[in-house]
Amino acid sequence: MNALKRAILAAACTAGIAVAATPALAQTTLRTVMHSDLKILDPIWTTAYIVRNHGYMIYDTLLAQDEKGDVKPQMVEKYETSADNKAYTFTLREGLLWHDGKPVTSEDCIASIKRWAVKDSLGQKMMTFVASIDAVDAKTFTIKLKEPTGLVLLGLSKPSSNVPFMMPKRVADTDPNKQIEDFTGSGPFVFVKDEWKPGDKTVYVKFDKYKPRAEPASGLAGGKLAKVDRVEWRAISDAQQAINALSKGEIDFIEQPSHDLLGTLKKDPNVNIVISPMLKAQYVFRPNTLHKPFDNPKIRHALWYAFNQEDFLMATIGDENYIKPCKALFICDTPLATTKGMDGLLTSNAKKAQELLKEAGYDGTPVVLMQSTDLKVLTNLAPVAKSLMEKAGFKVDMQSMDWQTLVARRSKKDPPDAGGWNAFMTAWVIADVMNPISTAYVNAACEKASFGWPCDAQLEKLRDDFARETDPAKQKAIAEAVQLRVIEFTPEIPVGEYVSPVAMRKNVKGFLTAPVPVLWNLEITK
Amino acid sequence: MYGYLFRRLLGTIPVMLVVAVFIFLMLRLTPSDPAAIIAGDNATTEQVAKIRGQLGLDRPIVEQFVIWSGKVLSGDFGESFFFKKTVAQLIGERIEPTLSLAFFTILIAVFVAVPLGVLAAHRHGSWIDRIVMGFSVLGFSVPVFVIGYLLIYLFAVYLDWLPVQGYQRISEGVGGWVQRLILPSVTLSVIYIALIARMTRTSLLEVLSEDYIRTARAKGQIERKVLFRHALRNAAVPIVTVIGLGIALLIGGVVVTESVYTIPGLGRLTVDAVLARDYPTIQAVILLFSFVYVMINLAVDMVYTVLDPRIRY
Repeated sequence: MNALKRAILAAACTAGIAVAATPALAQTTLRTVMHSDLKILDPIWTTAYIVRNHGYMIYDTLLAQDEKGDVKPQMVEKYETSADNKAYTFTLREGLLWHDGKPVTSEDCIASIKRWAVKDSLGQKMMTFVASIDAVDAKTFTIKLKEPTGLVLLGLSKPSSNVPFMMPKRVADTDPNKQIEDFTGSGPFVFVKDEWKPGDKTVYVKFDKYKPRAEPASGLAGGKLAKVDRVEWRAISDAQQAINALSKGEIDFIEQPSHDLLGTLKKDPNVNIVISPMLKAQYVFRPNTLHKPFDNPKIRHALWYAFNQEDFLMATIGDENYIKPCKALFICDTPLATTKGMDGLLTSNAKKAQELLKEAGYDGTPVVLMQSTDLKVLTNLAPVAKSLMEKAGFKVDMQSMDWQTLVARRSKKDPPDAGGWNAFMTAWVIADVMNPISTAYVNAACEKASFGWPCDAQLEKLRDDFARETDPAKQKAIAEAVQLRVIEFTPEIPVGEYVSPVAMRKNVKGFLTAPVPVLWNLEITK
Repeated sequence: MYGYLFRRLLGTIPVMLVVAVFIFLMLRLTPSDPAAIIAGDNATTEQVAKIRGQLGLDRPIVEQFVIWSGKVLSGDFGESFFFKKTVAQLIGERIEPTLSLAFFTILIAVFVAVPLGVLAAHRHGSWIDRIVMGFSVLGFSVPVFVIGYLLIYLFAVYLDWLPVQGYQRISEGVGGWVQRLILPSVTLSVIYIALIARMTRTSLLEVLSEDYIRTARAKGQIERKVLFRHALRNAAVPIVTVIGLGIALLIGGVVVTESVYTIPGLGRLTVDAVLARDYPTIQAVILLFSFVYVMINLAVDMVYTVLDPRIRY
């Protein structure tokens, strides 16, 4: 190969190609490749995860969940609950500033909560319990409730989309259905709008006046220390190229390297692959309850016997190090995890599934199963589902399309033969599915429910009970009841969990275990 | 000639109109919904419907077309659904990388392909001819992204001479600008080298059998002058046609190359816009590409008159 190198070098010199060294970058610039390019900037207006991640860079939250999932004060110094559990008083920390230098006030926070609550499903539910939100003084405000609920703390510490980020009142007063145009936050980094080039890079710089909490960082709580001067999100859409750039040191961090390329990265002595137990996702099968055959809960129930989780996980992730078969609806190893009612389910008992279909009177109506072909982590789900369903006696018409077409089609309520659908599969990050309120596919509020529109008074009552309950032990009992009802009514079926490791150069340290990949606390060592 | 030029320019209007109608209808009839994409996975049907209303996508297609075409006629291509920037701003930001890539690609292609084609024609039937033609077949056959990955592995990963990806604006330094364009330009130029070299060879072979070439040689003209002054000039019209076509075809090539090399140009903008169903951006970019295509064809026709004085319009 030396001869080849010399020959190529000679050719390059002959052609007059000046090969300059890669320009040196500042030591304290963290260059990352996130899972997607940032196009929208309002984390309340959209639920897209990349916008949520952007939100965590520049905004702060009143409360936050630590590594164990416990709710901790973040922007607030303290919060107090009244004896009757019908009022919360929040006191902001001293010295909190917006990026424009103005102090954070109660009015700002009240306006931010109100805007968030219009858009977010958990926020909407929370507001049904809220009588009023009032400022006591510049640093104190109260939330008065019509009746006790656990949703205030759960909502204000919600880790994933939509996160209740605090914004200045002038920004938070924007109509929730319109995007904000002022990106002043109070978080550890400042968004540099002039350098934001969609399709190229997004730039943040350290907010020097940010006042972190004194406690060490834990999950999304604790001291948010910006340990680099500048963060650049580089828009490298090609997975292989992102890996090449990391290996060469052109970037420092990849949020979601493709699972099939992790083997290559493992061999690189300059790269660390970090598995964070909280950066997990859950695959789910979502039936459309409006149309035959899935308008019949008994037919949907047969799916629990048709499926097994291992087949889905191995077909998509393909590496036992990154998968976790888990029958708990609200995610394994979390406070509400339970396998109650799951005995004998998700074991691909085709015979039992066939019996159930017969009992339910399945007439062979084909199931229009939408397959997403362009997102690698989803592509192989539908073919596995089709195979397992056919073994169980279903007739399946799998229709392939790109994810964006699927997203558009799933919002249609038309019958499957008129442009509608019967089922699709997707993945949720665990932060979105850890309780009966935030789990979108457990919502069975008919028209108001998510795509698939399940309608079940019993499930809705259980969700309401959960919302009213403030005792964690009782909440867990209700969550178990929700799981049992989900098995019976089948608005969704969890088909396994997988972890998304992050990859970073060896000199990048301090990645936090959190349900969202956050970039504070990260430092570049020499 | 000016009359011809005017008529051709006038002729672009119906072409652009047809393109506009076609692209508008195609996007609206595609089973997709930008509102659902913008809203994100956790959005409810109601939220998606609200966004659809804000974007004006709940109006009848004819009404949407009238509003859009009215704005375009006044030079307003609208605002991107996603980027909170006007489409004109987005195109303005992305045009430099694409022009740079196109410039270097054509430069490399012409300076490598024409001499190769001349050499192959001159040594017709020899091993040099076979090698050039073999390369030509290879250049046509291997997809751009395969060439790209091979070059990246060799020059960026293995030899560590050049960056893996990215683009540096010319205002940030000419050295870095050139350095980051070498691999993408070479990648993209391979197919054009193959195309132009083959056309040069064929065209030159035809001309080399003409009487005036034999006469030039009989008069004792040196071979270099015979080839470049007499033969190549007379063979230039089809070569220029191919180069012109090549520039037009670059539009397709940059889409792949910019994606592989992470160059924030119009090609990537097109891909991103299509994936996100960003209608205003897609419409404007396709209109722009169509206009460029028409203009390149016109420019090629004009160059004919310079190369061959017998051609008059």
